[in-house]
Amino acid sequence: MFTILARIRRTGILSEPLPTSTVRDAPLEKLQRDLQSVFGRALRIRHVDAGSCNGCELEIHALSNPYYNLEGSGIAFVASPRHADVLLVTGPVSVNMEEALRRTYEAMPDPKWVLAVGDCSVCTGVFGVNYATRGRVADVIPVDAVVNGCPPTPLALLRGLLQITGHARPKVSSSAVQSDS
Amino acid sequence: MTDDPLKPEDLHVPANVTARRVVVDAAQWLAGAQRLRDQGAGLLTLWGTDDRDRDGVFRVFAALLLPDRVVVLEHALAGGSTAYPALGHLFPVADRLQRAMYDLLGLRADAGDCRPWLRHGGWPENIFPLRRDVGATQSYAIHAKPYPFVPVSGDGVHEIAVGPVHAGTIEPGHFRFSVVGEKVLRLEERLGYAHKGMAKRFDRMPLQEGHRLAARICGDSTVAFSWAYCAALESITETELPRRAAALRALALERERIANHLGDLGSLGNDAGLAFGLVQFSSLKEQLVRLNQDAFGQRYLFDYLLPGGVVIDLGARMIHSMLDEVAMLEQAVSSLRAIYDDHAGVQDRFRDAGLLSPELARAHGAIGLVGRASGIARDARIDLPWPPYDVLPPGRVLHSGGDVAARVQVRFDEIMDSLRLCRSLLQTLPEGPSLVPVPVAPSGRLGLGLIEGWRGPVLIALETAPDNRVGHCHAHDPSWQNWPLIEYAMIGNIVPDFPLINKSFNLAYSGHDG
Repeated sequence: MFTILARIRRTGILSEPLPTSTVRDAPLEKLQRDLQSVFGRALRIRHVDAGSCNGCELEIHALSNPYYNLEGSGIAFVASPRHADVLLVTGPVSVNMEEALRRTYEAMPDPKWVLAVGDCSVCTGVFGVNYATRGRVADVIPVDAVVNGCPPTPLALLRGLLQITGHARPKVSSSAVQSDS
Repeated sequence: MTDDPLKPEDLHVPANVTARRVVVDAAQWLAGAQRLRDQGAGLLTLWGTDDRDRDGVFRVFAALLLPDRVVVLEHALAGGSTAYPALGHLFPVADRLQRAMYDLLGLRADAGDCRPWLRHGGWPENIFPLRRDVGATQSYAIHAKPYPFVPVSGDGVHEIAVGPVHAGTIEPGHFRFSVVGEKVLRLEERLGYAHKGMAKRFDRMPLQEGHRLAARICGDSTVAFSWAYCAALESITETELPRRAAALRALALERERIANHLGDLGSLGNDAGLAFGLVQFSSLKEQLVRLNQDAFGQRYLFDYLLPGGVVIDLGARMIHSMLDEVAMLEQAVSSLRAIYDDHAGVQDRFRDAGLLSPELARAHGAIGLVGRASGIARDARIDLPWPPYDVLPPGRVLHSGGDVAARVQVRFDEIMDSLRLCRSLLQTLPEGPSLVPVPVAPSGRLGLGLIEGWRGPVLIALETAPDNRVGHCHAHDPSWQNWPLIEYAMIGNIVPDFPLINKSFNLAYSGHDG
């Protein structure tokens, strides 16, 4: 136990100030207004991998690490679509996931929004459309906003999410201890 | 038949490792596979090609991995036949590979499970999408039928269906548990949800662009798959990779191994109830991928490799930063390892959970990390070394416990060894170019790329077509071998331990589904 506490003390607080958005993005801003009017900062997200290569998932995981500290900004991932406000979809939609994606979307209560994440979900990426892939998420369920990138960086994801929740510039001191060795 | 069915027509195959191709008939296909198995071979993968436009036949290929070489059996199905001898009785992994080959190409093994594997009703059962007469962008309406899971009957037995959409941020797959109370009697997997028709997409793609698609077969193994693709193409075109480029690729591959192992160790601690572990390891992983961003321009090294070398060379400042990072990680991982090892609660969850005995692992051909945790001492970097591993041999990591604890120990050992390799690579980075031009490839050549990624050996089998295009590209992820083993490892465990056991294997969905 002492070694754990010592390690925690030595690691310090790694969380960084939340990014502010400099990008003007009309669909995102509309989504932001809609969401803010309903939820303020209490946003719950359900993620569906609709056929991704797993690259976007690595970066979605990174959002929960201490550096990005997503939950600290009032946004959390939930295990059921019935608890979610936003559906975050990655991947070109594979035909084998098309039905599951539709059902997940339909299981969400209204009002609900869809954020397509990653180049494949936005414009089919390197995968195109064929017997196994439907391509863009927007061709399967309605999409409200998108985050580009292959994969998008955690910062791009965070900006996209914070923009839709209208997060104000936070007052976080940056004096956290970051040295480790 | 001669004494050795593999002697006639023994052809050299261009590859980054020693590889041969043997053209066989149906009887030799079986006898050859049997002979190679007796010599210690495991079946790496199976694939088929539609060559009816060339010489009127379908072909099936089997790549077998021996301790010191790869042997490819090539069998042309006579007279337009679509049947070939099954290999499932010799190599259990063949069963699902054969089902996949039927779904995609309509070639049927003469024995074994006949249920569809990759086809979930997304295309008609009389359409075989890898055949040349199916258009590259052809799509179909879905007509799904219920999948016949194997039922388990008995007093109090019930089923729990999980997936394809999971509770966390995980790739899609379906798990069907038959349980009594909390105890798992049987687990049956159903995969294929992330099937994106990669082989069809590769078809006729310019050879110089294929590495970008290969990089996205499995996003967490992007370096391994890109390297396998590039190695196959460079071998076919007889491109000599500069040693500096090889060293930089190895650096990228080892950093990919470290990043994934760090992530897994954090998640495993978390799944065992130690959130501290997730916080610590995910922070270390974030630092690593941030340095990737600074040094290579990509956090996860997508598209860092391209045919002929790498995109960005490494400057002195970055070499210095990486050496500092190696020292930091060695210290941090060692201290965290001591905490994990001494933590009674964590060890109580890790030990004896998800046991895969060495006997079972051997019988089922476990490979890669999972194999090395169950007493199977195979590592392509050591057994079939290609540059730079020919002059920089990795240390052999081996545990035989076969439980979650053993798979954790393998990850700790491999991180430490990869850090040693990184330091050595950085200190002895050869001079010279990091990228050379790749000439136009001759048509109709088969080349292989075999790379030991963090999960195990990944293979790309690349056949060239005229005009410097891809004729056929088959990608194989080691998860094919290891997925069926989770079904065994779960027997007798409790349902709540599934996330922990599954994570300790951490197999690919997209990489498997293709």
